[in-house]
Amino acid sequence: MSENQSTNGALVRVEGVEKVFHRGTEDIHVLANLSLQVPGGEFLALMGPSGSGKSTLLNLIGGLDRPTKGSVSVAGEQLDQLSDHRLAAWRARHIGFVFQLYNLMPVLTAERNVELPLLLTHLSKAERQKHVETALAVVGLSHRAKHYPRTLSGGEQQRVGIARGIVTDPTLLLCDEPTGDLDRKAGNEILDLLQALNREHGKTIVMVTHDPHASVRASRTVYLDKGQLSNEPVK
Amino acid sequence: MPRAMKFFHLIWCNLKRKKLRTSLTLLSVVVAFVLFGFLMAIKQALAGGVNMASQDRLVVRHKVSIIQMLPESYQARMNRIPGVDFATHQTWFGGIYQDPKNFFMQNPVVPDEFLKMHPELVLPPDQMQAWLKTRTGAIVGRKTAERFHWKIGDKVPIQSTIWSTAAGSRTWEFDIVGIYDGAKKETDTTPLFFRYDYFDENRTENRGKGLVGWYTIRVKDPTQATAVAKLVDQEFENSSAETKTEPEGAFVQAWASQIGNIVLIVAAILSAVFFTILLVTGNTMAQAVRERTGELGVLKAIGFTNAQVMVLVLAESCLLTILGGTLGLGLAWLVISHGDPTGGLLPLFSFPARDLLVGFAISVVLGLITGIFPALQAMRLRVADALRRM
Repeated sequence: MSENQSTNGALVRVEGVEKVFHRGTEDIHVLANLSLQVPGGEFLALMGPSGSGKSTLLNLIGGLDRPTKGSVSVAGEQLDQLSDHRLAAWRARHIGFVFQLYNLMPVLTAERNVELPLLLTHLSKAERQKHVETALAVVGLSHRAKHYPRTLSGGEQQRVGIARGIVTDPTLLLCDEPTGDLDRKAGNEILDLLQALNREHGKTIVMVTHDPHASVRASRTVYLDKGQLSNEPVK
Repeated sequence: MPRAMKFFHLIWCNLKRKKLRTSLTLLSVVVAFVLFGFLMAIKQALAGGVNMASQDRLVVRHKVSIIQMLPESYQARMNRIPGVDFATHQTWFGGIYQDPKNFFMQNPVVPDEFLKMHPELVLPPDQMQAWLKTRTGAIVGRKTAERFHWKIGDKVPIQSTIWSTAAGSRTWEFDIVGIYDGAKKETDTTPLFFRYDYFDENRTENRGKGLVGWYTIRVKDPTQATAVAKLVDQEFENSSAETKTEPEGAFVQAWASQIGNIVLIVAAILSAVFFTILLVTGNTMAQAVRERTGELGVLKAIGFTNAQVMVLVLAESCLLTILGGTLGLGLAWLVISHGDPTGGLLPLFSFPARDLLVGFAISVVLGLITGIFPALQAMRLRVADALRRM
């Protein structure tokens, strides 16, 4: 069943997408004729059981993978038409990622981790520093800028991850189980932050989660099961 | 280039990730380049004389062996050979100053002929005059003078291993009347030269009287050197002391070749050393990339292109080898600049600037070769697969 949504103002358009993984002689059909639209400014939660294809869909939206069939466009850009090189450049400009396991560079301080996406821009060192300070201030970690990930708590590391994801002011923030590795308290702090980014800063967010407590923070939730999308939870 | 420097911090931090592993790899690279420096200096010392050899000089020695002597009377005959400008001789003295390990060459010569033959040895005119006036006079090169703190006016005793004096002693005393410098940096300024007439008068070995070690000939036209060499040997063919005449460069080369083909030996040693370093550093880089698959995936996810990730890995590899190479070459240069470690056997012991640059270039190439396979591996990583390995 496909998602019925008005196409006006859709920032993300996924149309008739199929994704098949080839493992040896076996073909694994993860997504089947899936369509989805996400308007600009929405906080969308993508829920579903393990193996339902949530992360795969997120990867397609973020340009980390290509669909076997169908098309994905974000902010008017047809991702399947872009070469690998142009897709990387597009990601650098338009996408911010937040990962379940934070995925910070252990050899860099918090501020250097946040600065990473800015290395791909033409900003001067001073300008980069300013953006980093702003991003860290937004997530409330200015006082931990010089700390390495190993000295930060899980929640703090995830906030650094979010700061890294927003430092270039991307068009879209993609979060893959952002609270999956955190306790309830830390998880709530992260969700508060994501909500604030959406409501106060107008960030469009697509969040994959299997946690109902997380999904209620979103403005809309869709459910994925066996590669198919639905507005109703899977029974 | 300045824009690329913003990635330096990331590259440097990744290099410091496993401090012990990186330090050990760096140390092995340093040692390899120290060895490179020393081998280049030894090659320069043994083969460098060839470069300094003059195009218009021939060396005439006994056909059988350099240790067989030639009659002093040959000089006049040589001077009459067409194409010869003039000839002069030297003889091996084989002296020891205080201790056998204080080796430097001492040869009796005819002063004015000798200095005319070797314009690369620069002696002030007043010291030349003093030498001509002093039968026991000797001139010494600046390197040896500084080594033993000799100055003009000093009396220097040297014990010959071959020649005795008229008084029956092996100890010969010389008056230092001059200190010469080299016209070029590479000129050997270790030998001491003293007057042949003083030597010939005082040596007692009958078989040695009137005999000299070898001749040096200046040819009028360097392009005719080979032809003149043939004429010289023809002049003394079928005599009791037949000659072998060859260009000075070939003569010096033959000396060095007694040890073996120096260039080949050095090349073989360095090839083995650098191949080992290639394996060590290559292994380090391969491990580093394997451990960081997830992180490389994150870099690609946030927008680093495949090419940029590849260049980051290559840059890390090159930084390691260039750092090690620079440290090794610097250390070698520092030690070599203190001079000949053998106490005189390698007077031309130096690290040529050209070889320093070659060494640096090798360090860059080493970095590229050791880094290319891990870099290609990093380049080919699929983002989604790499992120799963975080």
